[in-house]
Amino acid sequence: MKLRKVMPAIGIILAFMMLATAGCPRREVERTELILATTTSTADSGLLDVLNPAFEERHPFTVKTIAVGTGEALRLGEQKEADVLLVHARRLEDQFMAAGHGARRLDVMYNDFVIVGPPGDPAGIRGMTAPGPALARVAERQALFASRGDNSGTHVRENSLWQAAGVTPAGAWYISTGQGMGDTLRISSEKQAYTLTDRSTYLAQKDRLELEIMVQGDPGLLNPYGVIEVQGAKNVEGAQAFADFITSPEGQRIIAEFGKDRFGQPLFFPLVHR
Amino acid sequence: MLIVNSLREAFRLLLAVDREILEIAWLSLRVSGTATVISVLLGMPAGVFLALARFPGKAFIIGLVNTGMGLPPVVVGLTVSLLFWRAGPMGFLGIMYTPAVMVLAQVLIALPIVAGLSLAAIQQLSPGLRLQALSLGASRLQTVFLLVREARLPMLAAIMAGFGGVISEVGSVMMVGGNIKGHTRVLTTAMVLETRMGRFEMALALGILLLAMSFTVNAILTSVQQRGARRWTGG
Repeated sequence: MKLRKVMPAIGIILAFMMLATAGCPRREVERTELILATTTSTADSGLLDVLNPAFEERHPFTVKTIAVGTGEALRLGEQKEADVLLVHARRLEDQFMAAGHGARRLDVMYNDFVIVGPPGDPAGIRGMTAPGPALARVAERQALFASRGDNSGTHVRENSLWQAAGVTPAGAWYISTGQGMGDTLRISSEKQAYTLTDRSTYLAQKDRLELEIMVQGDPGLLNPYGVIEVQGAKNVEGAQAFADFITSPEGQRIIAEFGKDRFGQPLFFPLVHR
Repeated sequence: MLIVNSLREAFRLLLAVDREILEIAWLSLRVSGTATVISVLLGMPAGVFLALARFPGKAFIIGLVNTGMGLPPVVVGLTVSLLFWRAGPMGFLGIMYTPAVMVLAQVLIALPIVAGLSLAAIQQLSPGLRLQALSLGASRLQTVFLLVREARLPMLAAIMAGFGGVISEVGSVMMVGGNIKGHTRVLTTAMVLETRMGRFEMALALGILLLAMSFTVNAILTSVQQRGARRWTGG
């Protein structure tokens, strides 16, 4: 095609584009970036894809999400690389606050952990509620167990459950994957091992896993998430606005609704406005 | 500053010589070394053959090899996983999440690199050399050996590129190996894990170890290579 022939067409398209944008007012507000360090579980579940746009609609901040393990998220906060944290490892969060790295910590929501395992249930723990005796039996029968082994919130919880069960897990039956929840579930399914997982990641991948829920419903399996404003962060104002928003009635409503359409049940439960 | 502190701490960790770190480094060397050897044994003859043989579709095959030189490790990892997962067609072998399947994935990454660079090494020789050898009465096999000998410097570079490609990759070994502690954890996957846990010093220490290992292997190959090159500089 000759250039001369295309020119009028390009002209017309440009004219339409100008017309189309003529009605739109220029963005008046300058948007500042807000860095949120959070765990893979909140990011992978898709919750932030709903929460962040709602927040950005009301506030002049653009949220940049860094999804890492709770360990790294807290470390990023310590270095003031992140402005606000959304994490789930209460003990580590308290240490973080005690060390003066956080300006404010608020409860946000919870979901729960479940122990999943191969349908054949070699350790015979199906239907147990208390995680302690279930884990003790897994260890006793030396049934394969896959651990995240990555100092994530889930791994920290797993460790405290073993401690409560009075078992120091070690040996060929205890597999430490050092990977995220999704990958660890996949490895568990392949190796037909038990593992501790948050319910939401398991539900999201259930169809492709040969794993079933074995143990659930104990208060010791609840998994609370907290939001922390980083002390002396670059964007203090944004961090406050974000923490206020996800604990506000609107933020809490979004959390309560999330996942109902896809999984038939909510994945997270609000802790402030129920 | 974080980077200065991390570096200092990294060297301290390296000097402390942890047994677990040594095992991880040894596995890295074993897996990537084996993959490189296999890739050389298969890729070099393939590259030489592609350079010298004449057959229909040759340009197409060369195009494939050259594309393969930039094969993303994640693509290799995913494909190998889909094949070797229990539900996959090769699942019956039961080698998923073992060093064996990691070697296989790395061969797929290194093979095109070695083959492609060997091919280029032979092709950059003067075409007259081959005709001369043949006209002086060399057999075809003798001619091939002569050409390979002439191209040995870039051939060694092909080996180094292949080894460098696999010892440093993380995408495929993470996926097919699973980063399982004591079984399939190698230096690169351990680095990812340490970084995720916020233990940057340890990650950096592992990175320094990885570079040191890479350097040692390449230094050995380079000394062999440069001994050959000295002829040209008269040294």
